[in-house]
Amino acid sequence: MDLNLSDEQRLLRDSAERFVAGSYDADHRRKMANDPLGFSPAVWKQFAELGWLALPLPEEFGGLGGGAVEIGILMEAFGRGLVSEPYVATVVLGAALIARCGTNEQKQASLPKVADGSLKLAFAHSERAARFDLAKVATSATKTAQGWRLSGSKIAVLDGHAADDIIVSALVHDHHGPSGRIGLFVAPATAPGLALSDYARLGGGRACNIELADLHLPEDALLGDGHDALPAIEWAVDRAMAALGAEAVGIMQTLLDTTLDYTKIRKQFGRPLSANQVIRHRLADMAMQVDEARSIALRAALKAASPPVERARAASGAKAKIGKCARFVGEQSIQLHGGMGVTEELEVGAYFKRLIAFDTLFGGSAHHYARHAELGRKA
Amino acid sequence: MDLSFNAEERAFQSEVRGFIAKNLTEEMKRATALTPSVFSDPDIGTAWQRALHANGWGAPGWPVEYGGPPWTPAQRWIFETECARAGVPNVNVMGVKMVGPVIIGFGSPEQKNFYLPRILSGEDYWCQGYSEPGSGSDLSSLKTRAVRDGDDYIINGTKIWTTHAHHANRMFALVRTSDGPRQQDGISFILIDMKTPGITTRPILTIGGDHEVNQVFFDDVRVPVANRVGEEGKGWTYGKYLLEFERGSGIASAKLREGLKAIADLAESDLTGRAIDSPDIATRISEVEIDIDALEMTELRVLSALQTGQNPGAVSSILKLRNSEIRQAVTRLGVDVIGHDALAVEPMRPLYRLNHEPAVPEEMLTMVPEYLNGRAYTIFGGTSEIQRDIIAKMMLGI
Repeated sequence: MDLNLSDEQRLLRDSAERFVAGSYDADHRRKMANDPLGFSPAVWKQFAELGWLALPLPEEFGGLGGGAVEIGILMEAFGRGLVSEPYVATVVLGAALIARCGTNEQKQASLPKVADGSLKLAFAHSERAARFDLAKVATSATKTAQGWRLSGSKIAVLDGHAADDIIVSALVHDHHGPSGRIGLFVAPATAPGLALSDYARLGGGRACNIELADLHLPEDALLGDGHDALPAIEWAVDRAMAALGAEAVGIMQTLLDTTLDYTKIRKQFGRPLSANQVIRHRLADMAMQVDEARSIALRAALKAASPPVERARAASGAKAKIGKCARFVGEQSIQLHGGMGVTEELEVGAYFKRLIAFDTLFGGSAHHYARHAELGRKA
Repeated sequence: MDLSFNAEERAFQSEVRGFIAKNLTEEMKRATALTPSVFSDPDIGTAWQRALHANGWGAPGWPVEYGGPPWTPAQRWIFETECARAGVPNVNVMGVKMVGPVIIGFGSPEQKNFYLPRILSGEDYWCQGYSEPGSGSDLSSLKTRAVRDGDDYIINGTKIWTTHAHHANRMFALVRTSDGPRQQDGISFILIDMKTPGITTRPILTIGGDHEVNQVFFDDVRVPVANRVGEEGKGWTYGKYLLEFERGSGIASAKLREGLKAIADLAESDLTGRAIDSPDIATRISEVEIDIDALEMTELRVLSALQTGQNPGAVSSILKLRNSEIRQAVTRLGVDVIGHDALAVEPMRPLYRLNHEPAVPEEMLTMVPEYLNGRAYTIFGGTSEIQRDIIAKMMLGI
């Protein structure tokens, strides 16, 4: 039992914090917010050079073999600077699904390119009717003589606009009709039959909705051997939630630091705001919730490779709790900044919006408390 | 980073389990489960302390030369966790965890030689004389006065919320020995024999119906100056040192988990009409479980820091605050889970020696008293408001 960072992990944390502090400032974030791409390809290249894109990928395909804890260290630093590069979409979701489900050829074709920064991915899974139920997929993939034909609609695809390849989940239909199995299909983003409409995402970055109208894909577009991909999807989303939780911790820490500084400087009634006990106690509560969020995010990362129910309960527990902490810390940060907190002139709002996006993604606190309870009864 | 235990730690874990299996009687276990106050009564608690002592485990946290076990922080964690899982008696902490470290840190060689072995063996039973009717959160305003008379102090005043004063043969107390410009400066730390003439004890019943705390009166009580720990007027420093221990031996999550498990078991049983089938109850159980998970991780982070000699800092206030709040959430859940059976009041104590059939199943008996008595968790040992002051000052610098 040891929760201290290893030397390598400390190096990773220090270099990530240094990079974010050096490359990400308010000007950069404002520029990105108005950029049609929403992130900087130059920064993405640096991610590749720093080894961050290769970090969790298997070593035999150009990766560094890191785990969820290392991703969490990186993501917490990303949160501090509100990084908007498509790291979760490409590395934590896309590449992880290929690494877990793909054949050797499929892995060889994609993962080294993810690692060197030349291939970006996105994962198109959510559908409007499914809400947050990962098992509910209406998009269909029908076997044809040449391969597959996909039809359906996907929503909230993180960074789909930037992806070269999009991994689409679909219910496999064979000769007898729906098979009950979900398949994962790798589709080039430019394929005819795939229409993508992207939008600026709350809190930075972009997302898109995708219409699939008779999208024809070759036989080998299906990842792996056709086993039901639901367990892999749950695995990948659980790990993404752990990663996003760590990012939320970084965001909350920045909000706490910023708000603390502000209450020391801002004077009313002839004294700093922080001289008031009601303000000090609020900040103490915020600090406590940031610390709790950090603990539960770390727990989700440490259990990311545990058996499915244990992993899923840890991930849902973290998602629910961090979401709750995030709303408190975010809302109180705005409250303690007073009127200025509600303006676009300060960055408090930008950080707050990213937290709300976090809370919404893959289901909010209520959904994950319920999932945690449900899984507990199965365990 | 690694959450799992290594081979050595796993071996220690089975050693602890073996010890518990051999020494924890069914009677002790039942009595502990049926105690709705913080600490087990001495008939139960002292028996367990003796068993621990006989095995060399009487004083976790003490340096080895004073009789503490040679444990790493991880072993300490395993010990506390296994004890909580098994439901061992809640030994009164006033001796081993509170006055013991102060005597070790600041006591004279004579005091160490005399008191420490008697704490270890359970021969002495201690209570804490800190709060006064006029001095709660503002503890250093205390007025109980010790006036020098030759080789004695003569003590007059009163202490309140004194846990187990009615069982204790000794008290450690903060008393005023002088008046200075700073009220913290005139306080001394003194060890008092409870049989000294002039001491009277008045029971105070808490809202759960338990007699755990008291008010103690001092009427010209003569105590040898040799019973003062450390320097005269430095008692505040020693007293604060002790409060650090009171706020967190840092291992509370395992006990919270067991408390929640007992309630979750009730919620899944027909006794409560399967309360768990209500989505609200199921979700709240999860919510509390996740809060415990987070607290446990914070405890393990602190422990890891300790293992490498780092100072965890003001986090003991966070641990105390969250532990007390979560404990209250657990007990609140207990009341909600038992539903209508929460209406039944059982005034007789102890609950493990009732001479009649209780109105509700035995495993429900403690739920309401624990919830009611448990309101004190956010008050004693420094209220939550004081803890927030400390967090703001020590962690945030405001």
